[in-house]
Amino acid sequence: MTISNQQFSINNQKTSRRDFVKASALAGGGLLLSALFPTRQASAATQAATVFKPNFFIKIDTQGLITLVSKNPEIGQGIKTSLPMIIAEDLEAPWENVSIEQAGFVKGLPGWQGAGGSGATPGHYMNFRKIGAVGRTMLEQAAAQKWSVNVDECRADQGYVKHAKSKKKLAFKDLVDIAATLEAPSVDSVKLKDPKNFKLLGKRIGGVDNHSIVTGAPIYGIDEQHEGLLYASYVRCPVFGGKPRTANLDTIKQMTGVVDAFQVEGSDDIFGLVPGIAIIAQDTWTAFKAQQSLQIIWDEPAANEENSLLYREKAQALASEPGKQRRSDGDVDTALSNSSKVLEASYEYPFLSHTNLEPQNTTAVYKDGVMEIWSPTQNPGDGHGRIKEMYGLEDDNVVIHMTRIGGGFGRRLVSDFMCEAAAIAHKLEGTPVKLTWTREQDMKHDYYRAAGWHHFKGAVKDGKISAWSDHFVTLGLNTDEKPGRGANMGGDEFPYRFVDNARLSQTILPTNVPMSWWRAPGSCSIAWAIQSFIDELAVEAKSDPLQFRLDLLGPDRPVKPSGKRGVPYDTARMKGVLNVAAEKAGWGKKLPKGSGQGIAFHFSHRGYVAVVASVTVDQSGSLKVDKLVAGVDVGPVINMSGAENQVHGSMLDALNAAWQQEITIEGGQVRQSNFDDNAMLRISQSPKTEAHFIQSDNPPTGLGEPAFPPTTPAITNAIYAATGVRVRTLPLSKTDLSWS
Amino acid sequence: MSSYTLDINGQKQTVDVSDDTPLLWVLRDHLGLVGTKFGCGKGLCGACTVHLNGVATRSCQLPVAAAATGQITTIEGIAKNGKLSKVQEAWVEHDVPQCGYCQSGQIMSATALLSAVKNPSDQDIDAAMSGNLCRCATYTRIREAIHTAASK
Repeated sequence: MTISNQQFSINNQKTSRRDFVKASALAGGGLLLSALFPTRQASAATQAATVFKPNFFIKIDTQGLITLVSKNPEIGQGIKTSLPMIIAEDLEAPWENVSIEQAGFVKGLPGWQGAGGSGATPGHYMNFRKIGAVGRTMLEQAAAQKWSVNVDECRADQGYVKHAKSKKKLAFKDLVDIAATLEAPSVDSVKLKDPKNFKLLGKRIGGVDNHSIVTGAPIYGIDEQHEGLLYASYVRCPVFGGKPRTANLDTIKQMTGVVDAFQVEGSDDIFGLVPGIAIIAQDTWTAFKAQQSLQIIWDEPAANEENSLLYREKAQALASEPGKQRRSDGDVDTALSNSSKVLEASYEYPFLSHTNLEPQNTTAVYKDGVMEIWSPTQNPGDGHGRIKEMYGLEDDNVVIHMTRIGGGFGRRLVSDFMCEAAAIAHKLEGTPVKLTWTREQDMKHDYYRAAGWHHFKGAVKDGKISAWSDHFVTLGLNTDEKPGRGANMGGDEFPYRFVDNARLSQTILPTNVPMSWWRAPGSCSIAWAIQSFIDELAVEAKSDPLQFRLDLLGPDRPVKPSGKRGVPYDTARMKGVLNVAAEKAGWGKKLPKGSGQGIAFHFSHRGYVAVVASVTVDQSGSLKVDKLVAGVDVGPVINMSGAENQVHGSMLDALNAAWQQEITIEGGQVRQSNFDDNAMLRISQSPKTEAHFIQSDNPPTGLGEPAFPPTTPAITNAIYAATGVRVRTLPLSKTDLSWS
Repeated sequence: MSSYTLDINGQKQTVDVSDDTPLLWVLRDHLGLVGTKFGCGKGLCGACTVHLNGVATRSCQLPVAAAATGQITTIEGIAKNGKLSKVQEAWVEHDVPQCGYCQSGQIMSATALLSAVKNPSDQDIDAAMSGNLCRCATYTRIREAIHTAASK
């Protein structure tokens, strides 16, 4: 791969000259580099003027051990490995001497201290390279001082500083004590490495916690162990919005092994402390078991209308209605009426649960006015703010430790479980308590990926889309007038801006179902509907589905966003990944009936991904997905091993969700409860996967999400190619795929 | 509440728990062996897999009384004197984990598979590993790692 210097000079980040890095001596010898990056609220200079409270550091001790902080939550996206790699690269730190320390939550740390939106890589890349370069420069200065030579003659190289003329070299560990006496240079004055000299970035680096994982070390939230720990479970009303009126708490408290049981008032904020009953016991099993003896009288809201079938009926009835116009280009109605044939199709997808394999849990202790929390949270700042408010605590008196997380997918951006643990700990003042949810509670009390419907009309002329219309029927909380979290759609989603006559309208149906961000929010469902209908139009145009898409994207150019927000859509990058995926998958071969390939692409989280799926469907309709091949352009890859793993997993997650998964609502509650009625993809269903990267001349961007959205339509388009059956409802197991 | 003496990773351990307590919660809450994971509580996901007399067993479905008669091995017990087993080594070599939560169960099932079938085919792997769910879907690398471990 060839990398130019420019591609790493990311331009979407502001680094101020007032950035502040301070060097000091490490207790016991060594160099401590403390950094205070500016926050949104205040510049580093003003913060530092009051008190220097570093929010980031590098430590190099006199043994040569280099400790780097991992700032963000690790949910399986690999950030605990890849962000420190960025610092280590410019520090010239040999990776085998690097150890990683997980940060706790620090209020005001710049760059959101969370996991979501595939944002950590683009958000930290330049700052982290610069702090690494500050450390490297200081070590070079220390060597220059020791040898009495010009610093320009000294060069750091993998744990040493070398002086070419005299062939002298000194290890970092022998320079740290001098470096600790120097003043740190400004982050904007230091020279960054030329990417062509990168030794670490782009390589295959294993996850830093791998050894702990394979030996079963206690690293997840659910593994927390504390002296005198008690174990809690928490029961909420099965109907969303309900709360306990009374319960047989006295009976529960008398059960063997049960320590306490009490009602938690909670609030009406569904993203905060939801009302319920807490049971405290000597072990988790006893706390779970006691739930079965719990008799609760609930105050439930009327929920007869809260039913998946009714939502569906209402959404289908809207197919011929106009909806509220969101965008209109050209003249769709005239274009449609001038067409020899108008295609109409409705696409439907269900609610999905996040189904983290590690059920929701949090450990908390409230002692001496301090609430201390150990939580698998993707969003510690949200939990911090809520708990502070619940008990009127000062910022410093809510301490949040971020554990490794057994799967995020967006679920743990909501802090409901953390609030429950805090409420229980507050009641049991002085005693540490671990709250664990059962799988059933986890599936029934999620914040779901919203269900949705797209009513399309379209036409083709001369091999191109001449008209495109989408009435998007989505869901919003009945207490609100907006679409639910992740249930909205931007007016710039492809193919808008690429079709002259195009219209997007929207209707929001009310629901009581909590909704929130789910891996690649919006994109995870929208891409399926859109790329499927594009496929229908390609068939109508009698075009090859790949060529039809390349033509639709048109000449190489950046297509500007319509509004002030948003980023340009680079057609060359998208065509690049389409061509790579097609080439690697052997696109275009004539296949026997029952075998087929499908292709799709989607731009999300600044990443360009195209996927080709190859499937086999036997005449009885039994589906086998044979292979999923991705072409990916997220700029230069930071960690090739992690990047491949993310792409493979995202594609299989899309297959997982599309094939069998569905959450249905009846009487305002979720019907599914565990993996027997909401199945997860198994290894026996799992096809071969390939990820091919175009390491383009662009700033590096994140990869936790963008490979998911195009995979679903690639699979259903392949099913169409194999069978002639167009899947318009997810999960696809609901569609009869048999053919003759 | 009764007292049980269990043979876990070659050590006798005594616990005082209610008779219906699954081995999973004895390990996790009473013995501090938290490498064995809770995922579903119904034997559907495989995260809690341990070996009972060498056979892969779902510890969330195994009452402590039934576990007391056999030899139990957990994820904490398969490395010997700090040296990773072949399966563990292969997992690290292939950088299998994403979130990693299911992997101790995956490794226990893979270890049991390889003690029964020295050189498993993809079909053997699918059959033996189908009860172990991975939410991050690291299945591509799980297959590769099992083949690597078999060749070591």
